[in-house]
Amino acid sequence: MSTSGPRILVIVPAWNEEESVGATVREITAANPGIEVLVVDDGSVDRTAERAENAGALVCRLPFNLGVGGAMRAGYRYALRHGYGVTVQIDADGQHDPAYLTEMVAALDHSDIVIGARFARDGDPYRVRGPRRWAMVLLAAVLSRIAGTRLTDVTSGYRVANRRATMIFAMHYPAEYLGDTVESLVIAIRSGCKVAQLPVDMRPRAAGQASASPVRAVIYLSRAVVALGLALVRRWPATYDEGVEHQPQVVGAGVDAS
Amino acid sequence: MTSATVLGVLGALVVMVTLFEMLRRRRLREKYALLWFLIAVTALLAAVVPGLLLAITDLLGIALPLNLALFVGILVLFLMTLQHSSDLGRLEERSRTLAEEVAVLRLEVEQRRKEQQAERDAPAEDE
Ligand SMILES: Nc1nc2c(ncn2[C@@H]2O[C@H](COP(=O)(O)OP(=O)(O)O)[C@@H](O)[C@H]2O)c(=O)[nH]1
Ligand SMILES: [Mg+2]
Repeated sequence: MSTSGPRILVIVPAWNEEESVGATVREITAANPGIEVLVVDDGSVDRTAERAENAGALVCRLPFNLGVGGAMRAGYRYALRHGYGVTVQIDADGQHDPAYLTEMVAALDHSDIVIGARFARDGDPYRVRGPRRWAMVLLAAVLSRIAGTRLTDVTSGYRVANRRATMIFAMHYPAEYLGDTVESLVIAIRSGCKVAQLPVDMRPRAAGQASASPVRAVIYLSRAVVALGLALVRRWPATYDEGVEHQPQVVGAGVDAS
Repeated sequence: MTSATVLGVLGALVVMVTLFEMLRRRRLREKYALLWFLIAVTALLAAVVPGLLLAITDLLGIALPLNLALFVGILVLFLMTLQHSSDLGRLEERSRTLAEEVAVLRLEVEQRRKEQQAERDAPAEDE
C-alpha cells in the first residue's frame, strides 16, 4: 500500500475466533504494510480480543453480541471519527486473502464499494450447492439488476468502501438478518453509491465452525428472500437510525493530528 | 345484582388498584397505565350498565353481547401486543447504538491513556 493516498482501516468482525484472528491480523498487516486493523470483538467468550491485540490490532469490545451488522457499524463509526478515507471488511476466519486488498482499493477509483467476489470467473474453486446456492444466485441477480452491474457474490464479507460509502454505513448499517450483506448493499445503492466487484479466490475456514449447515440452508433461502423483499420495499430513510452525528467530527485530525 | 356484574366490577377494581399501586412504586410508565386504565373503565362500565353492551350489540346487529365483548377484547389485546413489539424493536435498536458507542469510546479512552503513558515515559525527548 502506498504511503500517500487515503488512510485505510481494515475492520474485522470477530465472534469467538481465537484460533484464527491472530493469524488473520498478521496476514493483513504483512501483506499491506502501514495498514491499520480494527478487530471488533462481538462479546466473545474466548480470548479473541487478547489474540487480536497481541497481533497488533486495535480492538473494539462490544459489551454483548450484536451480530456482524452491529460490529461493522461500530467499526465504520470509529473510522469516520478518526478520519479514515477507506474502510475494508475482512472476516476473522482467514477465508479472505488480504493480498487482493491493493487491487480492491485501486478499484475504488471508479466506484464507492468494491466486493471481493466468488463465482466471478470460470474455474473458481469455491463451491456451494443446494438451496444456499439458489439463494445466492437469486440475491445476486436481483442486486445486479438494481446496481446496474454484474454482481456474483453479494453475501461476501470481503468489501472495500470509500469515505462516502463509509459515511452511509456508519449511519445506516442494519443489524437484521442478512442486513450486513444484502440490505446494506441495497441501502448503499439507493443512496446513490456505485458498486463494483473484483473476482477473488476464497479459502476454506482456517479454524472453528462455519455458520452454514445443510439443514439450515433451506431456512437460509427463505429468510434471504424475505430479507431481500423487505430491503427493497422499506421506507427510506429508516426511522430507527439514531445517535450518529450528521456532520461527523473528525477526531485526531486538525489541531492535534498525530 | 347478578354474579356476572359482581365479577366484572371486582375484576375492574383489581386492575385499577394494581395500576395505582404500580404507578405509585414507579413500576409502570403512565403511557401504559393510561391504556390499562381505559380498559378497566370500559370493563367496569360494561359490568355496571349491562344495557350499554346490549344496546351496542343491537346497534351493530350482532347476535350475542358476548361475541362483541370477546371481539373487542381480542382486538385490544392484539393492538397492545403489536405496540409492545414495536416498542421492543426501538429499545433493541437503541441499546445496540449505545453498545456500539460504548465500545468505540472505550477504545478511544484506552488509546488516550496509552498516549499519555508514552508521553510520561519519554518527557524530555523532543524539548
Ligand atoms: N461481530 C460478529 N461477527 C460474527 C458473528 N458471527 C460470525 N461473525 C464473524 O463473521 C465472519 C464470517 O463468519 P462465518 O461464520 O465464516 O460466515 P460465512 O463465511 O458467511 O460462512 C467471521 O469473521 C466471524 O467471526 C457475530 O455474531 N458477530
Ligand atoms: Mg467465513
